Amino acid sequence: MTTDVLGSPVKRVEDPRFITGKGRYLDDIQMTGMTYMAILRSPYANANIRSIDTSAAKAMPGVILVLTGADVPYNPLPMAWPAGGSSGVQNNINMPRALATDDVKWTGEGVAAVIAETPEQAADAVEVVHVDWEPLPAVVDTEGATQPGAPQLHENAPNNVVFVWTVGDKAGTDAAVDAAEVVVRQRIVNQRLIPNPMEVRGDIGLYNPGTDEYTVWMSSQTPHIQRLLLTAFVTGIPEHKVRCISPDVGGAFGTKIFCYADMALVMLASKLIGGRPVKWVETRRENYQSTTHGRDHVTYLEIAGKRDGEVTGLRVKTYANLGGRLSTIGPGVPTTLYARVLAGCYKIPNVYCEVTGVYTNTTFVDAYRGAGRPEATYVIERAMDLFAAEIGMDRAAVRRKNFIAPDAFPYDNPSGLGTAVNGEKIYIDSGNYEPALNKALMTVGYDDLDKAKAEARTRGKHLGLGLSTYIEVCGVAPSKWIGAVGEGWGAAMWESANLKVHLTGKVILTMGTQPQGQGHETTYSQIIASELGLAMDDIIVQHSDTLGTPFGYGSYGSRTSSVGSTAAIKAAGKVREKARRYAAHMLEASVDDIEVVGAEYRVKGSPEKKKTLQEIAFALDLGFSLPEGMEPYLDETAYHDTPNCTWPFGTHIAVVEVDEDTGKVDLVRYVAVDDVGNKINPMIVDGQLHGGIAQGVGQALWEEAIYGDDGQLLSGSMLDYALPRASWMPNLELDETVTPSPVNPIGVKGVGEAGTIASTAAVANAVIDALKPFGVRHLDMPFTAPKVWRAMQSQEVRS
Amino acid sequence: MTEQVRLTVNGVPRDVEVEPRRLLVQTLREDLGLTGTHVGCDTSQCGACTVHLDGRAVKSCTVLAIQADGHVVTTIEGMAPDGGLHAIQAAFWAKHGLQCGFCTPGMIMSAADLLESNPDPTDDEIRHAIEGNICRCTGYHNIVAAIREAASTLRAGTDVPAAANA
Repeated sequence: MTTDVLGSPVKRVEDPRFITGKGRYLDDIQMTGMTYMAILRSPYANANIRSIDTSAAKAMPGVILVLTGADVPYNPLPMAWPAGGSSGVQNNINMPRALATDDVKWTGEGVAAVIAETPEQAADAVEVVHVDWEPLPAVVDTEGATQPGAPQLHENAPNNVVFVWTVGDKAGTDAAVDAAEVVVRQRIVNQRLIPNPMEVRGDIGLYNPGTDEYTVWMSSQTPHIQRLLLTAFVTGIPEHKVRCISPDVGGAFGTKIFCYADMALVMLASKLIGGRPVKWVETRRENYQSTTHGRDHVTYLEIAGKRDGEVTGLRVKTYANLGGRLSTIGPGVPTTLYARVLAGCYKIPNVYCEVTGVYTNTTFVDAYRGAGRPEATYVIERAMDLFAAEIGMDRAAVRRKNFIAPDAFPYDNPSGLGTAVNGEKIYIDSGNYEPALNKALMTVGYDDLDKAKAEARTRGKHLGLGLSTYIEVCGVAPSKWIGAVGEGWGAAMWESANLKVHLTGKVILTMGTQPQGQGHETTYSQIIASELGLAMDDIIVQHSDTLGTPFGYGSYGSRTSSVGSTAAIKAAGKVREKARRYAAHMLEASVDDIEVVGAEYRVKGSPEKKKTLQEIAFALDLGFSLPEGMEPYLDETAYHDTPNCTWPFGTHIAVVEVDEDTGKVDLVRYVAVDDVGNKINPMIVDGQLHGGIAQGVGQALWEEAIYGDDGQLLSGSMLDYALPRASWMPNLELDETVTPSPVNPIGVKGVGEAGTIASTAAVANAVIDALKPFGVRHLDMPFTAPKVWRAMQSQEVRS
Repeated sequence: MTEQVRLTVNGVPRDVEVEPRRLLVQTLREDLGLTGTHVGCDTSQCGACTVHLDGRAVKSCTVLAIQADGHVVTTIEGMAPDGGLHAIQAAFWAKHGLQCGFCTPGMIMSAADLLESNPDPTDDEIRHAIEGNICRCTGYHNIVAAIREAASTLRAGTDVPAAANA
């Protein structure tokens, strides 16, 4: 049923509104009677609250309501993914509060909320809420927080340990490491990042006293999930009394997956003030302090192998900083989403990983673009380079030697996803890694690397090249697997689609997924146009509103193109089948004799006897004449649970130049060969890769959330946190191999995270390669000029 | 205490009464309903609020509304007043120069300022000119391609506005 539109780089249907200033983001929504909420945030990283005096704030002009933790009947917020799910791992859980009650655990935790007639009045009144604080010593260091003598955050978490979670065969891996010819050990830090979608978060709560119903507009990746969490797990309000709407979302990168205090507060406040709408939009400073951060691992890696390049074991111990309290899926990210892909695209027989989740007096950490998989890729790709350097073997050759062979799929990764409810193993289902590596090496001119390095030296530069041969697990996730382990949301993760062909032949697809810039309206339209033989103009895609869209788990984990699209294809298949049965009725033919060609339903052998989909829809939607047992209207809903995740892979190569005088690192070339399976819209796929690569490059070279020892966020604004700028990035050279995914009918794998997962390690390996003449074996990110310069001073140039 | 301010916004004289502390971006968004201009930070870094003041790009979070009294302001809504698309808007669409769209209006306004003074910029010049506009989605690759294409279109003088819904 495919036509040219599927797989074509068609222009996005979303764009006219965005390029003309007619997008509608949360803060663009105005309502009659709107009130504005501002939140008082803790100035201390660790403190007890002796008392809060709101009397002066209540007396300020325009103030309608002041809330403290004592006024909020629902605390805390949910945490849905303990480490190990339901497998019995002990998790010492401390969940976030709607507003602090007795204590705060990081600078920026919400303490009081003011609702006023204008945003300025609310902000002014927050300034005069008086809190009697008892400041306590803070701890911000990821590994140090677990050491004796560190300040203790929570009574139920001795040594600030959230959990100790393990995966893989410890005895086998210990034996492999003990027996190995070569073992390379390295401590590596994957620094904390601030995700920085360009649109900050915000919500509007509206309570209707006449119906006792709530509507919540939220800048969210998961409006359906939020309705579920806010009702069943936070407020106790019946689920059917709450409607959640995500308007246009200006980027998210994971931060808008989660359940946040402000969502509950705008609901409560609107009710308490008699149903006036309450709007809250965070400032960028608040976004930095109280919307989730990403990464923040300290890892001790040991890679073991033979001198011929064969890797025989990987033993990893990781400390993962989760912040002062646990965000919605915080513990799941550095466990399942990290260690289960730690061996990457390599056939490593013995893998063992121990992860210690850690509380510190910092903002909570949760999924950020790639979520666990960039951290895993960073570990294994640094490990492969360290191992290659140790045995004096070419980096590409070591990778090639250890790739899982193309005929080894389905491949049972020793630290992999394990077993589903029905006893089925969740394998890495497909892959062919060497062609992507070879293509990338060819494009970058790997054979001429020494020549390029020599040429760079004539210009006062040290050139370095870095490889990252990655895989990722995307298209999350089979519900049968989640059911077995209690991971993910602790709930299912299928997707949904409803497809209606209306009386006039126009088509509306409503989806449970939630775009944040990915162009879902375009790609879904392409799919339906292809499936039903229609023009894209005749199709509109709706999403983002729990009223009128089927329940869906939302968009994250590169799941929409694989799981969501398959739901849409299934709905289209049901529509086509019903149309075919009705065409048989209209044409007085047997159903078996109706063939579908594009949008035409023809009697085989009599091509003049035919009905178009529009003609069928018109008659069927009216329903004047229906065959026995058929209901009127061409309206079908489908749910799709994916049989497996998808496993994109590829090779990224970064080329950097380090200035010999200043240590400044320039990214001069970036080559990416990605295998994301088939593509619905290659233009959109490339765009996802571009943006993902830039975020990963940002981590390698510039970005770092830094706390002072007292828990103050020193990188607390865009002035202090270095986001990639246009002039810092080169043009990106993209190429592909195509290994279709076997788990969905169009063979797509998802591409939202691939760029970020691959690129950080590629750039890091390039910088460290450039510093090889200085005897540098490893250096932690970000590779800022002062850090690199200092590393260069530590040893004279050998060459 | 409020002040009376007269602005010419997208060719139309507008009188607004503002507090002295009110920022131009607040006046545009909240007093005049022009929500295409966005606020992405609080330190004049992100450039999402970029508009033209007397024809030059400014960050409207860093201009007080009263400072704009008597001046001419163009926002993204005024780039193609007849319902069509400016060549830069068309190029951002054609080259996939946007994803979430939040930075896009400011990016387009900065690009317009660049192409006004430099009709044939190199890629380096383009990248330098939009350094004050942060995009987190695109990695800038396609934004640079879009501005390059828009420059070429404008130089060729074939700036025939396309319908926004074409």
